[in-house]
Amino acid sequence: MEILNALALFTNFVGLPALAYGSQLALGALGVTLIYAVLRFTFFAHGDLMAFGTMVVVLATWGLQAMGVGLGPLPTALLALPAGIAAAAGFTLLSDRWVFAFYRRQKAKPVVFMIASVGVMFLLNGIVRIVIGPDDQRFADGERFLFTVGDFRDWSGLDEGVAFRSTQALTIVAAVIAMAALFWFLQRTRMGKAMRAYSDEEDLALLSGVDPAKVVRTAWILAAALATLAGVLYGLDKSFKPFTYFQLLLPIFASAILGGIGNPVGAVVGAYIVAFSEVMVTYAYRKFAGYLLPEGAMPEGLLQLLSTDYKFAVSFVILVVVLLARPTGIFRGKVI
Amino acid sequence: MKPAQLAAALAMGASALAMAAPAQAEDVKIGVLLGYTGPIESLTPGMADSAELAMTEVNNAGGVLEGDMLVPVRADSTCIDAAAASAAAERLVTSEGAKAIMGADCSGVTIATLNNVAVPNGVVMISPSATSPALSSIEDGGFFFRTAPSDARQGAVLAEVLADKGVTEIAVTYTNNDYGKGLADSFQAAFEEKGGKVLLSAAHEDGKADYSAEVGALSATGAEHLAVFGYADQGGVGIIRASVDSGAFEKFVLGDGMFAESLIEAIGDDLNGTIGSVPWSEGEGADAFVAAAEAAGVDPDGSFRRESYDAAALIALAMQAAGSTDPKVFKDSVMDVANAPGEKILPGELAKALQILKDGGDVDYVGATNVELIGPGEAAGTYREYEVKDGAYETIGFR
Repeated sequence: MEILNALALFTNFVGLPALAYGSQLALGALGVTLIYAVLRFTFFAHGDLMAFGTMVVVLATWGLQAMGVGLGPLPTALLALPAGIAAAAGFTLLSDRWVFAFYRRQKAKPVVFMIASVGVMFLLNGIVRIVIGPDDQRFADGERFLFTVGDFRDWSGLDEGVAFRSTQALTIVAAVIAMAALFWFLQRTRMGKAMRAYSDEEDLALLSGVDPAKVVRTAWILAAALATLAGVLYGLDKSFKPFTYFQLLLPIFASAILGGIGNPVGAVVGAYIVAFSEVMVTYAYRKFAGYLLPEGAMPEGLLQLLSTDYKFAVSFVILVVVLLARPTGIFRGKVI
Repeated sequence: MKPAQLAAALAMGASALAMAAPAQAEDVKIGVLLGYTGPIESLTPGMADSAELAMTEVNNAGGVLEGDMLVPVRADSTCIDAAAASAAAERLVTSEGAKAIMGADCSGVTIATLNNVAVPNGVVMISPSATSPALSSIEDGGFFFRTAPSDARQGAVLAEVLADKGVTEIAVTYTNNDYGKGLADSFQAAFEEKGGKVLLSAAHEDGKADYSAEVGALSATGAEHLAVFGYADQGGVGIIRASVDSGAFEKFVLGDGMFAESLIEAIGDDLNGTIGSVPWSEGEGADAFVAAAEAAGVDPDGSFRRESYDAAALIALAMQAAGSTDPKVFKDSVMDVANAPGEKILPGELAKALQILKDGGDVDYVGATNVELIGPGEAAGTYREYEVKDGAYETIGFR
């Protein structure tokens, strides 16, 4: 019984939140990794691209809500998702035509692309703040919980409860579907194979008749779709605030690099490792230990390794250690 | 220039000269420096309306001194950005020429504007809501007053409330600024004096998307009650939402910054059973304020509206009592008009007060909050103890 209580506590405060957060990071990291694989530079505007796509979804959601259109128990934002993806994809294609295509013709070094992407980031930053403002926006509607703490306690008879928010469930399900679809696309379709070929050996791929313009376009559209989906899921689960999305860049980069940048499987694994590290290192284990230790041995201290204020430090440390010890990441990605 | 035009120009010049003469009525600008944007933006419009209500009342009674009209000038303190608040106050003082400032609201920006603008320029500031204990001992040159009590008092009140309910263990989280830290510290000191134990006192940052990690740490203490000393529109509501969602806490104890209708709207039924305190007042003064506010179409119900009215009224009465709109002169009259001896003055009776002062009499401004300025010029303070029942704030008593 005590062990079950400890398990429920852990699931409620670590397991489910980290799983949802990891899924959001994974979608973001997949976008970064795709751009890196095809275009060979780290796209710094990814966090703000998430914010841009999500902003369009939020506005469309408000429009739908005003018209009284909804999805019942599911959030209306899902209905507005295509609009956000279209807007984000449109933006990336335009920025590619106006900014990155120029540097490709110049055969510029990756670092030049990276700095140009920082410029695009500031542009997006400004657009989002002008259109929707810097404040918190909540746009989640529909059922809030699959089951609440109270439901779980009544059902299980345990002291500790587990709450499963519908946005957490939605995040996990949507992320799994999106990842499966992406891997199917990369492994099975002609275009996916062309992209992988272009990424592995550009010259050989071009000789075999791969159209580079098409590959680049597809990569941008996929990255925009993944970014918007990640942003919307994060916003539904937590809340939408442009600055928070900008800050997400760090854990997303840490995930992509930890898994091996340019490697999609690595991005997913890296994202879950980063998410679980962040949550587990900052969780206070006092109550958890209290259930497992013998009666009356509940420790005085909180058993917390790091204050929650230092959550981002965890991503930083992971990033630094990986770059020092194994720059290719877990799955042997490319070296930045 | 034709003779007729010349004559007209001369006449205009003469009238301009006449207007500048000291004996003539002039506009006296009063800054209303509150956070119209930022973490307490839902509270401030009502506060500004109440302060302006007092000024309108003074103007309707013929203004101060020789019929000088009070003109409110609003400026945004942002509540949290000290640089922006100082710039706004600087504008009020140097380009608008404000003689006094009704504000600022949050403690951090109040300390900043007082140090950077009010004291160097010699302008009176009366804050309706800055409650940090640090403001009691600040070097203010006699220019700073507040109609809100220090949080040292609120901490003691909350500790008493909890002790009466038999609560002995609690976890505390506060917004990471002068207000939150000051209240958390004074609460902890008072609670421990009563034999209680604060298991964890942790700061939270405002403006985060997700507070589940903070709540996880707080709940690991095993405390049943969580005290939240934050803002209703910011991290405070995030902490409560995350607590309710994860089932970490069901019983909340709230500081004054959390008292807002928006909190009940955001959380709903899960907030029932929450207790808290907010500076409040009852009795004749409070009733008179409600009547005066409703007559003027201002909603009297809300945090710090009474204090705002009183702050503005004190500025006007002090000017009249000193016979000058120069802040360096009338700053010395603020305590005189606020405290005994003298004729007691309730909201809506400002005309009477001005007349008494004109005739050389003495007033004791009671106002909406039973104003009694103590020590360095701050309110002694009465607090309303409330409990949330069926989605509404219900008064338990006053302390």
